[in-house]
Amino acid sequence: MRALVAGSEGLLLEVDSAAQVAALHAELLRRRAELGPVRDIVPAARTVLLDGVREPRALAERIALWEVPPLAGTEGPLITVPVRYDGPDLAEVALLWDVTEREVAGVVGSLVFRVAFCGFAPGFGYLTGLPERLHLPRRATPRAAVPAGSLALAGEYAGVYPRSSPGGWQLIGTTDAVLWDPERDPAALFAPGVRVRFEEAGT
Amino acid sequence: MSGPRGLLVLRAGALTTVQDRGRPGWAHLGVPRSGALDAGAHALANRLVGNPVDAATLETTLDGVALRALAPVTVAVTGAPCAVRASGRPVAWGEPVWLPGGAELEVGRAESGLRSYVAVRGGFGVPAVLGSRATDLLSGLGPPVLAAGTLLPVGPPGRDPARGADGAGAGAGAAGSAGAGAAGSELVLPLRLGPRADWFTAESIAGLWRSGYRVSALSNRIGLRTEAGPPLRRARGGELPSEGMVLGAVQVPPDGLPVVFLADHPVTGGYPVIGVIPEGPPLDATAQARPGTGVRFVRAGRN
Repeated sequence: MRALVAGSEGLLLEVDSAAQVAALHAELLRRRAELGPVRDIVPAARTVLLDGVREPRALAERIALWEVPPLAGTEGPLITVPVRYDGPDLAEVALLWDVTEREVAGVVGSLVFRVAFCGFAPGFGYLTGLPERLHLPRRATPRAAVPAGSLALAGEYAGVYPRSSPGGWQLIGTTDAVLWDPERDPAALFAPGVRVRFEEAGT
Repeated sequence: MSGPRGLLVLRAGALTTVQDRGRPGWAHLGVPRSGALDAGAHALANRLVGNPVDAATLETTLDGVALRALAPVTVAVTGAPCAVRASGRPVAWGEPVWLPGGAELEVGRAESGLRSYVAVRGGFGVPAVLGSRATDLLSGLGPPVLAAGTLLPVGPPGRDPARGADGAGAGAGAAGSAGAGAAGSELVLPLRLGPRADWFTAESIAGLWRSGYRVSALSNRIGLRTEAGPPLRRARGGELPSEGMVLGAVQVPPDGLPVVFLADHPVTGGYPVIGVIPEGPPLDATAQARPGTGVRFVRAGRN
């Protein structure tokens, strides 16, 4: 683990893999009381940012002594999200995966994803859990408007657009699940650490 | 008090938003901090009318705003200095001003700087989202940008009546120091290197201290963009995986020209951050820098 100072009250902790980020993030939440004041704990692809901390260097020295256990696969709440496999890129994805369009639902449905981090828009979660052979390129030309509720894949990630926005990910399906509702607690359905299973709607 | 409380927007101005101290603590869900860009001027406006500092104010951009008070209210204008009129009569900038019901408040064009702040005793009582009334122009959270005809509700007076309408000694002098320190002159930004300064060549970092930039007209509440300076050159290739970004982070996109992340910045970003501008007066000054203003980065030590 490397510790990089970001300004007078930010500490960026960097590790080598998404799995290590998940483990470190979970440990930081478990031991939050030991961190002293902290405004935000922000996991990302290979880092966790601690923002609004006192004396980031001293904090980094304390965290460096931690023994961070690997994350058990069953840790974190599991939610099931119904999906209609009707995305405009379904045929393209089936071709890249060397399966039929009908089989995409089964491939995705057999996986348990984990929300690694949020970004791009409130409630947009970057979900890990796609095995490497299923990683996909982004579309050559991004769409100007991706409909809200679109289940999308790009690189090592899956995600669902919480609202209509531009996007370059491959769209394979649609869900009616409400990804983001600031009146709800939690506002984001896909908060970091949540595990997600996509189930074909109507089955 | 009888009749409807509140202020009616007569002239919205180029870009006027409701702001407070934003939504800290939600970055892990993809929610930007948001809040007043010139935090010092926002806080002062609130103090002048006896509000707690987290009460919502209006943040104008360059050409002010005009409002009609539907009931008697006390207001104060800080930030970018400007002419302030109550029903056509000049009144003080940087001091509390009492308006009778029906009066029009005209906040004029910024004489220097960019953003003025209008506080009303009781605060603007628009609905809060995740604990804040701030308009976040990146994510769309919070109330819409002001438009003519919008009725802005006013909340109940705060619990600090001792520092109410007489201003309790905080006058225009204080407003000047909090509001327009860098306006019109060169913007000097202390920069603390890291977390990704090692992505850039030592020569181009040395050049950063020696050279000047200018504020780009593409700047907004998300970031202060720079132009007309030497591009920072990368010491290494490859892509940076998305990582958390702090307020005041100076991100360097592929064109090499530094961008200072302001209140509505995205919570994660994929370009390396060469350094961070500290919160407080240095970052507040960025809120008042007009396009074309000179920008110089000076090295800030580690503590």
